Amino acid sequence: MELSFQTVMSQVMLGLNNGVFYAILSLGLAVIFGLLNIVNFAHGALYMLGAYVALLGFTSLGPLIGMPDFHLNYWAALIVAPLVVGAVGIVIEKTMLSRLYKFDHLYGLLLTFGLALIIQGVFTNFFNVSGDPYEAKPEILNGAVNLGFMMFPKYRLWVICISLVVCFATWFVIERTKLGSFLRAGTENPELVKAFGVNVPLMITLTYGYGVALAAFAGVLAAPIYSVSPVMGSEMIITVFAVVVIGGMGSIMGSIVTGLLLGMVEGFTKVVYAPASSTVIFLIMVVVLLVKPAGLFGRES
Amino acid sequence: MKNLFSKVALSMAVVAMTSGMAGAAAKGISDNVVKIGVLTDMSGVYSTLGGKGTQVGVEMAVKDFGGTVLGKPIQVIGADHQNKADIASAKAREWFDNEKVDMITGLLNSGCALAVQKLGGEKKRITMNTGAASTELTNKACTPYSIHYVYDTYALGKVTGQAVVQHGGKSWFFLTADYAFGQSLEENTTKFVKAGGGKVLGSVRHPLSTADFSSYLLQAQSSGAQIIGLANAGGDTTNAIKQAREFGIDKKGQTLVGLLIFDTDIKSLGLSVAQGMQFTSGFYWDRDKATRDFAQRYYKIHKAMPTMDQAGAYSATMNYLKAIKAAGTDDPDEVMAKLKSMDISDFFAVNGKIRADGRMIHDMYLMEVKKPAESKGEWDLLKIVKTVPAAEAFMPLSESTCSQVKK
Repeated sequence: MELSFQTVMSQVMLGLNNGVFYAILSLGLAVIFGLLNIVNFAHGALYMLGAYVALLGFTSLGPLIGMPDFHLNYWAALIVAPLVVGAVGIVIEKTMLSRLYKFDHLYGLLLTFGLALIIQGVFTNFFNVSGDPYEAKPEILNGAVNLGFMMFPKYRLWVICISLVVCFATWFVIERTKLGSFLRAGTENPELVKAFGVNVPLMITLTYGYGVALAAFAGVLAAPIYSVSPVMGSEMIITVFAVVVIGGMGSIMGSIVTGLLLGMVEGFTKVVYAPASSTVIFLIMVVVLLVKPAGLFGRES
Repeated sequence: MKNLFSKVALSMAVVAMTSGMAGAAAKGISDNVVKIGVLTDMSGVYSTLGGKGTQVGVEMAVKDFGGTVLGKPIQVIGADHQNKADIASAKAREWFDNEKVDMITGLLNSGCALAVQKLGGEKKRITMNTGAASTELTNKACTPYSIHYVYDTYALGKVTGQAVVQHGGKSWFFLTADYAFGQSLEENTTKFVKAGGGKVLGSVRHPLSTADFSSYLLQAQSSGAQIIGLANAGGDTTNAIKQAREFGIDKKGQTLVGLLIFDTDIKSLGLSVAQGMQFTSGFYWDRDKATRDFAQRYYKIHKAMPTMDQAGAYSATMNYLKAIKAAGTDDPDEVMAKLKSMDISDFFAVNGKIRADGRMIHDMYLMEVKKPAESKGEWDLLKIVKTVPAAEAFMPLSESTCSQVKK
């Protein structure tokens, strides 16, 4: 395939589309790792859970509560799914993760990995692994927009815009506000921050809740594009971990920028040599680890 | 280290003993039990179309047969090969060597199927493949103990390819899953497209389990081909079809053709997206009274209608047990001789026959997805457009490169 301007631009747009999913998921991971020191392997499963909250809210919630005509619409799902999954996250943090902070990273990783397998296993048991259709895409987002070089589906454009807004809002709160400074201080020296009268354990719980709510938000955004299936998270999570490692563990801006960039690199690879598209990110990871072990945006310690 | 040595020595002793025992049991049932192993994808991308549902099919067959054969009990065990050929062959080895498994069925995923079938050939144990598709199973890789039961990439490519070319779909572009199965399906379909006067403008190979197909679809679109052939399966196929819709590819005169589609994929797409699509299948639950009767019984247990893999596993098991009964022994050589000489005829297989290369040939069906208005129930998804006779659907024996075929 020849690389005309049009081809390259189209692939960059599509790559950006995948990139925002990487960005929003790796952002959640980075926030959780930065503040809790937990490598949250359950992130993919919670992303999947978010998509299923949207799907089941649309198809099954009505009959369940005795109102067959009630469907949780897409816009509501964008708010409800993160809240529900965030609540699940809070329960996980309170009952399990909070007991592990004093131990090595490895324990948190094992616990969340186990949780991911359990959640995915339960869903595999009850749902079609090929995926279920989510038909609640709002009318206004149907159709395509002419970008000059390609026809781009409106829905994907919306996903790109809203994801960028959410990512940068999160960055702003953590890096530029007083609340964010509490959070960052709490990870540096929890004892000192406690002495100032800040409830550090609560802050940590809410942070985990927010991190996984971001994953659920991405899940709802993904539902109309991809098949909603029990394995959608595990397919995504490995790439997202590579993104976090490349960007630098715990770096907020690093994870956003790296997510977007790698999405585009991947998109570009699909044109040049498609079979390599699933490995190119890992290749980059290897190179980055060799040259700059702390990641592109990480601080060397 | 000493421990390791003793383990190795012990396992070698076990191997020597079991293979000795298999040789000794010339007549009757070896080890006093007939054990059937269902080895397939139980948790991954193909688990809905096969998985536990395949084991349900096998268990139903055993129950319907009466639970015993020649006075000995029949047992069914299952395991997940996770779509990894190394896990599949390690599990099969354990089953053959230590668990006294006589026959393995299921075997979704061509990579896993080829590994297990090869092992079965070495160990002289029967494999009845209901899940995988590659024609290599009955060609280069065939063994005296391997049977390919339900469908293959030749039949899929031939029936669908010919039908599409006849309706004017002359130029093709393939989206192909980058492993044994996808490549085999593309190759076989290409052959029939070309034979029918069509041409292939290009293809792109994508990794297994791709979530986003948009960039491949754009390449297919810019190729200008009338037909975009999907040489992939399961979630890959459904994602590609959905996203083609999103980009409006179907509205611009290009048609997507899924070369391997299961009922579960149609459920995943929904009739409004899938309507009008044609594809090839070895079985449909709503074909006649016999298939409906079976499907209703199956539904009661599994809460879903059987796919061709799941119904095929029932039929394969039932015929395997019949062959043991007729042969008066579970000796693999004698059972295989029986299976290859008897007629395979039940609700699943019409005009069925197992050939020298292990290919079970039976009538295949060109299916079409119903319009939402035509569907009268949750599983009322398809109609049969055309029945393709067994002799026409599959690769002629004369073309097979299997060493078991005498020429």
